[in-house]
Amino acid sequence: MRFMLLQNYGPVESDCLPMPEWSPADIRAHIEFQHALNRELLDRGELVDAQGLAGPEQARRVVSDGTGAPVITDGPFPESKELLAGYRLVDVETVTRALEIAAQASAAPGPDGVPIRQPIEVRQVLSAPDPDL
Amino acid sequence: MTGVAAGGASATEDLLRELAPQVLGAVTRRSGDFAAAEDAVQEALLAAATRWPADGTPDNPLGWLIRVAARRLTDQYRSEDARRRREVLAASWSLNTAAGPVPGEADAARDDTLILMFMCCHPSLTPGSAIPLTLRAVGGLTTREIAAAFLVPEPTMAQRISRAKATLKASGEPFTLPPPDQRAGRLASVLHVLYLLFNEGYASSGGPDLARSDLSGEAIRLARGLRASLPGDPEVTGLLALMLLTDARRPARTGPGGELIPLAEQDRSGWDRPLITEGTTLITGALRHGALGEYQLQAAIAAVHDQAPSHAGTDWAQILALYGLLERMTGNPMVTLNRAVAAAMVEGPAAGLALLDGVRGPLGGHHRFHAVRGHLLEIAGDGAGGAAEFRAAAAGTANLRERHYLTAKAASLAASGTAGAG
Repeated sequence: MRFMLLQNYGPVESDCLPMPEWSPADIRAHIEFQHALNRELLDRGELVDAQGLAGPEQARRVVSDGTGAPVITDGPFPESKELLAGYRLVDVETVTRALEIAAQASAAPGPDGVPIRQPIEVRQVLSAPDPDL
Repeated sequence: MTGVAAGGASATEDLLRELAPQVLGAVTRRSGDFAAAEDAVQEALLAAATRWPADGTPDNPLGWLIRVAARRLTDQYRSEDARRRREVLAASWSLNTAAGPVPGEADAARDDTLILMFMCCHPSLTPGSAIPLTLRAVGGLTTREIAAAFLVPEPTMAQRISRAKATLKASGEPFTLPPPDQRAGRLASVLHVLYLLFNEGYASSGGPDLARSDLSGEAIRLARGLRASLPGDPEVTGLLALMLLTDARRPARTGPGGELIPLAEQDRSGWDRPLITEGTTLITGALRHGALGEYQLQAAIAAVHDQAPSHAGTDWAQILALYGLLERMTGNPMVTLNRAVAAAMVEGPAAGLALLDGVRGPLGGHHRFHAVRGHLLEIAGDGAGGAAEFRAAAAGTANLRERHYLTAKAASLAASGTAGAG
């Protein structure tokens, strides 16, 4: 079963400072945590992909009717905090395992190593149908 | 790049995959180390795949592979920590290899495929680990091919396989056939893994999942290998028959856009007749043994479908009886869903709906329950009720094509207000 573990630019539940205001050592520890988690998922044969996305400032919105020139707009978006910040795509055997990974990711360290309690959205990826339909 | 065995199904590849379990069996028996032997054999197979097409196939391809794998294994041991102790062991048996086949090896080789299947489908492994390990160790596929088939990066798949081997090593499983008192239970694990492998491929046939559809071909090849080792086991034969009889419908099962076509609407002239004949012959023979099992029953049901001239002209009474036996044997409420469909065809939709009411407890939240109920309400002429069930089913499925199908079904029923069977 595949799951997308999504995280947004929204606030984290620990109410810690925004990341640019952390000490360099805390930022390094946070980034190392993310890399270590990816390595662990790879070692377990579960990691399919993990990506971070550029910030809302660089986002564009495209709307087209399929014939005329598309309408391309910059931000700001009304709900920029809802924008996707990054994802992990994992291939696991149970939904329980996906939730376990999400919990690990949520507890990423913030200032002074205190877990930031980042909300992680767990979404199953649609797969092929049952054979006897 | 390509999927499993797709594209360059060259003579070399076919030969290598046929020899893979024999090489692995020989190297494991001599070294006593399945995990290390499996890596060494994989390297030997890769070496052969690049060198044989250029240099020509050696006179004794099996001997060549065993020799190269033995050398790789020796190199591997040399580079490891516990070097001295293992070098002695490695040196002693690589000399053996140079001297030619060991007496009795031909007999042992016949059992190798079987022993390897028991190993790779060991109960300590989850299906997600057992399937790729079986494909590599018994099927002779490369890690890259397996990774492509399961749509994960190659390093991720390599880790999954290596963890599976570590689990096996920790279980202390010897490289022999399991003792007779464990044989039936262990065989059930093997059959289950092959069944799941087949479904992985069959469920995804067509469309963007093309690489995966070759997995069912691989499952059939492995099931044939298993049957060659255990020709008298009716469940092994039943599973092979089930795969053939199901795979026979593959050409008619998806439309040009990759959309699902359910059994009732399939163009039966597109079914693979030789596969149906072979599967029917196999299941008929297996059923004569009298030791009935669930794969045989499923194969028998598939055979009745495959022989029917049309959906309406199907021997539904026989299918109903077979599902009744299967339900009693497995106690699986999912079987009851299928029996409800058969009951509706024989006795009318009310009979099917009554059966569904009996499994609302365990299955009421499952999308298949709603899909079947929607289907039966549609037959009963309750278009609005049917549409609601199909919508609930579409919301509950995690399968993309199934969701498309169920959504379209709900929409067409809602549009027609009431609709008869069609």
